[in-house]
Amino acid sequence: MKTVIVKYNAGNIRSVQFALERIGVNGIVTDNVEEIRAADKVIFPGVGEASTAMAYLKERRLDQVIKDLKQPVLGICLGMQLMCKHSEENDTECLGIFDSNVKKFESPVANLLKIPQIGWNNITNLHSVLFEHVPENSYMYFVHSYYAALGADTVAITNYVINYTSALQKDNFYGVQFHPEKSAAAGSRIIENFLNI
Amino acid sequence: MLTKRIIPCLDIKDGRTVKGINFENIRDAGDPIELGALYAEQGADELVFLDITATNERRKTLSALVTEIARHVNIPFTVGGGISSVDDVSVLLQSGADKISVNTSAFKNPGLVDELSRQFGSQCIVLAIDTRFEGDDWYVYLNGGRVKTEVKAYDWAKEAVERGAGEILLTSMNNDGTRQGFALDITGKLAQNLNVPVIASGGAGTMEHFVDVFQTAQADAALAASIFHYKEIEIPALKNFLYQKNINMRF
Repeated sequence: MKTVIVKYNAGNIRSVQFALERIGVNGIVTDNVEEIRAADKVIFPGVGEASTAMAYLKERRLDQVIKDLKQPVLGICLGMQLMCKHSEENDTECLGIFDSNVKKFESPVANLLKIPQIGWNNITNLHSVLFEHVPENSYMYFVHSYYAALGADTVAITNYVINYTSALQKDNFYGVQFHPEKSAAAGSRIIENFLNI
Repeated sequence: MLTKRIIPCLDIKDGRTVKGINFENIRDAGDPIELGALYAEQGADELVFLDITATNERRKTLSALVTEIARHVNIPFTVGGGISSVDDVSVLLQSGADKISVNTSAFKNPGLVDELSRQFGSQCIVLAIDTRFEGDDWYVYLNGGRVKTEVKAYDWAKEAVERGAGEILLTSMNNDGTRQGFALDITGKLAQNLNVPVIASGGAGTMEHFVDVFQTAQADAALAASIFHYKEIEIPALKNFLYQKNINMRF
C-alpha cells in the first residue's frame, strides 16, 4: 500500500509522517501529481492560513487533482477546512468537497472564549468508519481559530461554546479538525482506521 | 469541553534532562526522549523541552534531539531556550516541534513576535516570561532570571499577545522551586484578562496547588518539572484528583 502526504506550504507534515512511522507505515511526502494520483491513500495535512494555502494549491493545479481523487483522502486541520466550500479566513473560496462553510470562532462575551482553541477537547456523535473502536467522548488535540459549521457531511461534533464539526465525510473524502497525529493512542487509532478503509 | 492541561517540563542540557532549583543547582533527571514518551503514556497533555545548553554545537544537537522526540512522542510539544531568530524557529518546526517558545530575544526585539506569528502562525508561538514580585508589582526578568527589567509582566504579556503570541508561559521566580504553590495573583491576572491560553509555572508541590491554579487563577494549563521527575506526584493520580474536584481532564 502506498500512502502519500500532500506537500504544500503548510506545516506539521513531519508530525504526520512520524505518526505513520509509529504504526509501521512509510508516508511519502510529495507534490508530484502523478504520485498523488497513483497512491492508495492520500493525507492532506495543514497548519497555516487558508488563502495562501489555496493560492499555492491552485498555482500547482493541485486543487483540481485533489477534487478528482477516487481513493480515500484524509484532510487534517487546515486540510479539512480547505476541503469545505468557503472559509471566512481572508474570504477564501475552497475546494467545495464538503457541504460546509468555515467560520471564525467568536467569543459571545469578552475573554470567555480564547482564540485559537488550543488543547484537548472531546468528539461526540461519531458516525464514520474513521471512529471504529474510538469511544464517544474521546479526547483529541485541537489548535484552530476557524471551524466548519454543522452540516450534512458532519460525522463528529465538538463543543467550544458552540457545537461545531470536528469531522466530515463524503464519498471517499474524510476530514478531521483535530490533529490525530498528536492525539496519543486514540488519534493513532483514527489514522489506522483511515489506512484500513 | 476543552480540558485543562498538565505539562511536564524537561530542561535539557547537552541532550540530557536536568532541573534547576531556583534556576541553580542543576541535577540530572534522565533521558529526554524516554522521559517524554513515558509522560505521554501516563497522560501528560503536552510537553515542554527547555534547552539550556550554551555551547556552539547546541543548534545542531537540539534539532537532532527534536526530531527524535517527534518520532517517539505522540502528543504536542514545545521547544524553548535561546531561540532568537526566524531561522532557529524554522529549523525546529521542520524538525518536528509543534510550538516554540521565545523569552529574552522577544523582549529585546518585540518585532520578532510579529514576524514569527506572521510566518508560522500564532498557534505555534509561545511567549515565555520569567517574573518576580518586587515592591509593588510583578516585573519581567531576562536571561534565565538573572537580569531585571523595569517592565511589568502583565504589560509585556499584553503587548506580546497583540503582536501575535498564541500562548503565554508564565514562570514565577518567587515560587519556582519552593513547592509552596503557584503564583495565583499574577497568573490569574493574565489568564483572566488575555485572550490566549496561559500556562502557569513555578511552585507546584502538592495536588491541591493544581486545583488552586485552575480554579482560583483560571490558568489554562499548569507546568511542573521536579515533582514529576522525582515521582513525588504521578500524572495519572494527579489527573484523577483534579477530575474529582470537577476540573475537566483528558483520560
